[in-house]
Amino acid sequence: MEYLKAFVVGGLLCVIGQILVDKTKLTPARILVGFVVVGVVLGALGLYQPLADFAGAGATVPLSGFGNLLAKGTKEAVDSQGLLGALTGPLTAGAAGITAAMFFGLLVALIFKPKDKA
Amino acid sequence: MIKKIGQRTLALESAPALIQWASVAGKREMEGPLSQEFDFVTGDTSFGEKTWEKAESAIQKKAVALALEKAGLQNSDIDYVFAGDLLNQCIASSFGLREFGIPLIGLYGACSTMAESLSLASIFAASGCADRCAAVASSHFCTAERQFRLPLEYGGQRTPTAQWTATAGGCVVVAAPGQGSGPRVRHVTIGKIVDLGVTDANNMGAAMAPAAADTIKTYLEDTGTAPTDYQLILTGDLGQVGSSILYDLLALDQIDIAPVHNDCGLLIYDRQSQDVKAGGSGCGCSASVLCSLILGKFARGELDNILFVATGALLSTTSSAQGESVPGIAHLVHISADRDRPTGKPAARKGGK
Amino acid sequence: MQLSNMEYDKMVKKYSPNSSLFKDCVWAFVVGGAICTLGQALIGLYGYWGADKLTAATLTSVSLVFLSALLTGLSLYDKIANHAGAGTLVPITGFANAVVSPALEFKSEGMVLGLGAKLFVISGPVIVYGVSAAVIYGVIYYLMGLFA
Repeated sequence: MEYLKAFVVGGLLCVIGQILVDKTKLTPARILVGFVVVGVVLGALGLYQPLADFAGAGATVPLSGFGNLLAKGTKEAVDSQGLLGALTGPLTAGAAGITAAMFFGLLVALIFKPKDKA
Repeated sequence: MIKKIGQRTLALESAPALIQWASVAGKREMEGPLSQEFDFVTGDTSFGEKTWEKAESAIQKKAVALALEKAGLQNSDIDYVFAGDLLNQCIASSFGLREFGIPLIGLYGACSTMAESLSLASIFAASGCADRCAAVASSHFCTAERQFRLPLEYGGQRTPTAQWTATAGGCVVVAAPGQGSGPRVRHVTIGKIVDLGVTDANNMGAAMAPAAADTIKTYLEDTGTAPTDYQLILTGDLGQVGSSILYDLLALDQIDIAPVHNDCGLLIYDRQSQDVKAGGSGCGCSASVLCSLILGKFARGELDNILFVATGALLSTTSSAQGESVPGIAHLVHISADRDRPTGKPAARKGGK
Repeated sequence: MQLSNMEYDKMVKKYSPNSSLFKDCVWAFVVGGAICTLGQALIGLYGYWGADKLTAATLTSVSLVFLSALLTGLSLYDKIANHAGAGTLVPITGFANAVVSPALEFKSEGMVLGLGAKLFVISGPVIVYGVSAAVIYGVIYYLMGLFA
């Protein structure tokens, strides 16, 4: 059941993205920015976590979930550190994902060669 | 002798001849319908080079070398080379032609470059400035993607109006009257910038169609000819979308080119089986189609009177990012078979041919 | 032939085919859903191996990022994305692809100003605006705490 929920909710979030791709002139980079920022806002308002509790990876794997993670981390950091937490919280929460992407990016770029689209 | 007729068409009364030509193409072009027409094709689009930019330079180098070889000429036999490509500062041309030692006139006309270089080479040859000139243009899918769009491995979707930059190039050797025979360049019409406010950089055909319409209309008025006086009006890289729009634009002036029109972007790929959306594009598209199928047909006697109208979209990533629209341009070259005929008005086509 | 930009825009629209929204959405739904389901399976797997909830979620993100980086290197991610569209854009794998692909592509301009700098060319804005939004939230949350 949790797999089905992850599939449907994750799929629907991607459909929202696809409608933006097809129906607006927004570039992929802008859509990614939009998903993360909306995730932060919904997370801040406490609206995203219920979805994450319901759909699991269906809500956490899309980039809006990354935004929610940033908001959650910031809240916890402010709780423990005060105002400074607003600066330390976001990247601490996102550290694993961002660092992994950077490091694996470096690794892959060193190992592989870009190929023509055959 | 060159004479200006009408608004801005140049009649090359002592018409220069296209004595030889050569085309080079990559994998997707090799898999397309013109495979047999190209002089050199390869499945390795890196052309054995380390970077895509070097690969595109290799295309230009190969195209010029092959054209000279076919014509039995040395580098020193060419007085000027007119070359261009899509890259910033035209590096494919500069580096591709670095070792030839031929005086170079570098051009940027986006995808219209082949008509631009051929126009200028013909004017130089007709005016007595040169005995022989070479006109070259190239493009490479990967260099264009890197410069204008996104990294090759980035997962993006192409819109149905997008066009596929050809990995190809072409070179034609233009000789002054008396210096050789071949199809002759009779007229040249240099295009002006026409911009009807298209901002979608994924719809180049729409951005360029008004320029093509303007140049074709001006040429027909200047020469007092009609589309049916020609066997073929070949636009360069309008693709499916731009071609349809071109018919509608010219229809506003009661000009119907549809029966004799074709487009390099539609000829170079098979749109049914090759995922190229609206068709091909890039300087190399019209250059390689002209220097293979079209001039080949002249050589075989299957064509004897055409208009070659290459179109270009004069945008850059900076202008797009700043929200500018896409200015279009189109240059026209009238080519007809090598036989004596009064210039000015092309011979009417005889029936039954 | 005097056509205003607006009249021309109408003509362009007439001949410019639209993307097939339904087909694109089905692809996005299926592939995006599948990536999330894989994520769910990984969370389950890491949980089964004894990770707590937060660790399992983090490990899942890292695994998906790795998988996407690998597929990008093998030139497979862009092929899937050609059909899947937002299905491969919206999940965290799309973020990883946006980091890895320019790094790979611009290696030819050197390790520092090519690979190193261009790595962030698409994903940089995502981090900038995501983190900034979170900072603003943090400040508001702090101020609300003061007056609560």
